[in-house]
Amino acid sequence: MIEIRVHGRGGQGNVVAAYLLAMAAFEENRYGQAFPNFGAERRGAPVMAFVRIANKPIQRRNQVLTPAFLIIQDQALLQVPGVMDGLLPEGKILVNSSLSSSVLANKLGRDVISLPAAALAKQILGRPVPNTALLAAFFTLSGILSLESLAKVLSKRFKGPVLEKNLLLIEQAAKEVPANVWQTVQEEKHVTSA
Amino acid sequence: MLQALEGSQAVAQAVALCRPQVIAAYPITPQTHIVENISKLVADGQLHCEFVSVESEFSAASVVLGAALAGSRAYTATSSQGIILMAEVLFNISGMRVPIVMTCANRAISSPLSIWNDQQDSMSVRDAGWIQLYCADNQEAVDSTIQAYRIAERTELPVMVCMDGFTLTHTLEGIDIPTQKQVDKYLPPYQFSRTLDPRHPITLGTLVSPDFYTEARHSHHQALLNAQAEIVAADQEWFTLSGRRSGGLLTVEGPEQAKVAILSIGSVIGTLRSALEEIPPAQPVKLIKLRSFRPFPADMLRAACQNLDDVIVLERALSPGSGGIVGVEVLSALAELPNPPRVHSFAAGLGGRDIPLEILPRLLKVLSEPTDHRFRLIDLELEKLPIEDR
Repeated sequence: MIEIRVHGRGGQGNVVAAYLLAMAAFEENRYGQAFPNFGAERRGAPVMAFVRIANKPIQRRNQVLTPAFLIIQDQALLQVPGVMDGLLPEGKILVNSSLSSSVLANKLGRDVISLPAAALAKQILGRPVPNTALLAAFFTLSGILSLESLAKVLSKRFKGPVLEKNLLLIEQAAKEVPANVWQTVQEEKHVTSA
Repeated sequence: MLQALEGSQAVAQAVALCRPQVIAAYPITPQTHIVENISKLVADGQLHCEFVSVESEFSAASVVLGAALAGSRAYTATSSQGIILMAEVLFNISGMRVPIVMTCANRAISSPLSIWNDQQDSMSVRDAGWIQLYCADNQEAVDSTIQAYRIAERTELPVMVCMDGFTLTHTLEGIDIPTQKQVDKYLPPYQFSRTLDPRHPITLGTLVSPDFYTEARHSHHQALLNAQAEIVAADQEWFTLSGRRSGGLLTVEGPEQAKVAILSIGSVIGTLRSALEEIPPAQPVKLIKLRSFRPFPADMLRAACQNLDDVIVLERALSPGSGGIVGVEVLSALAELPNPPRVHSFAAGLGGRDIPLEILPRLLKVLSEPTDHRFRLIDLELEKLPIEDR
């Protein structure tokens, strides 16, 4: 089972990102579970959502406390207490940032890949919503799920020009990161069920 | 068809498949997006029914009461403060023995204000005379919603389908949505036996003198007890049609020889299942999933527990000044056994506190402690309280 935590701010499409991840797993005949950690939602407030992907039915419904991956939609959240909590020692971080991966990796002492997702989204969608670009990068880096599945689930969630621009965005975002460099982390734990 | 859906979306689809004719709901917090999704189906012309947005949950319950009495299949949903505001009408609905289905997206009650999950809301109206079914996952929420109409219409009792707020309602997962054909076969058109008709006037919910009130209450009580058979039959019949069960009155999982059982209710069951695999306990442990809280399946519970040494009850509600609500009922039912197991009563996860897998060893720790029936909030963090409140 792969556990992922998505951190963002209200209005950045945090819950949608988590749902899209689980939907993509479902597209590939795997089991997916996604749920938000609701707080007092308002624009700009730190929010998080949880995702599990497994090859067996997922029974547990507790929060993801020890994620293998963090997807962070705002680099400032890296300094917010609790955001990095529980990340597995070999865990990876994907962050929407204008800073380079190496600068962030040095600062945090962890495996970090950065992507200027908001800037890319601003350019292609006209709005700085980083979620779909980050997902495309995450799928490419981890190889957990295919970009085709992401495109498929996007077409279930969006229509018309919004969909077309998002499809363009994920294609572009995927080119910005190396493929399959995070593949080792996704090995399934040896448990009989999730 | 298997689809990746949020629990609320899935329940909205399940409700639509039941062909309700009147839906009334208060559209604002603490409402969930179940009715929002249903209102979309109505607005898009996919569901032909009267959708009444009302100004309060009291009105929502009143509208579905009237609609059902006028012969409609009716539905409403609420949670938290909403169900408390409905309370008066809930008693009226059940007292008049009107078949209505309602989803309660279980959430905490204020104050202090909390929007998060626990089961205090539906537990607070456990005595309202409704059938209460608790769902362990979203598939059960979908299937139980459909079963609820059949149970309600056959017993002439209202049914509350309780699903954990957020933990289920806002969780996206793979959910099998049955076909219209399956549901139509399971739920034929229904005619309420006491549909109001001006040509044949009857009185319902009238003043009853002390000469007959006790008998009316007895008959209501008996109807709920008798509903047990209908709940089991509804689940069995649905299994024949869909290949899925929701767990009848209660289900027992785990090793036959186990002398210890954990009994719980709602979505924490899944977390306990994972915990039993990932943190294997020293001795075999059974899991008892209580689905029907009203009627309370005392006989079936006794049969399930007769050879046990310990039953650990974990629930998500609290009766201040007493303790566990489910815990007391379990203790009372098992007391009739010749060698009753020890019952340990715990609550956790109040107001949305996460229940992690580590809850399992904490629950089982009670077995090595001296016998102690005192109720405890097992995830209480005492250091957060001033000394005098500990």
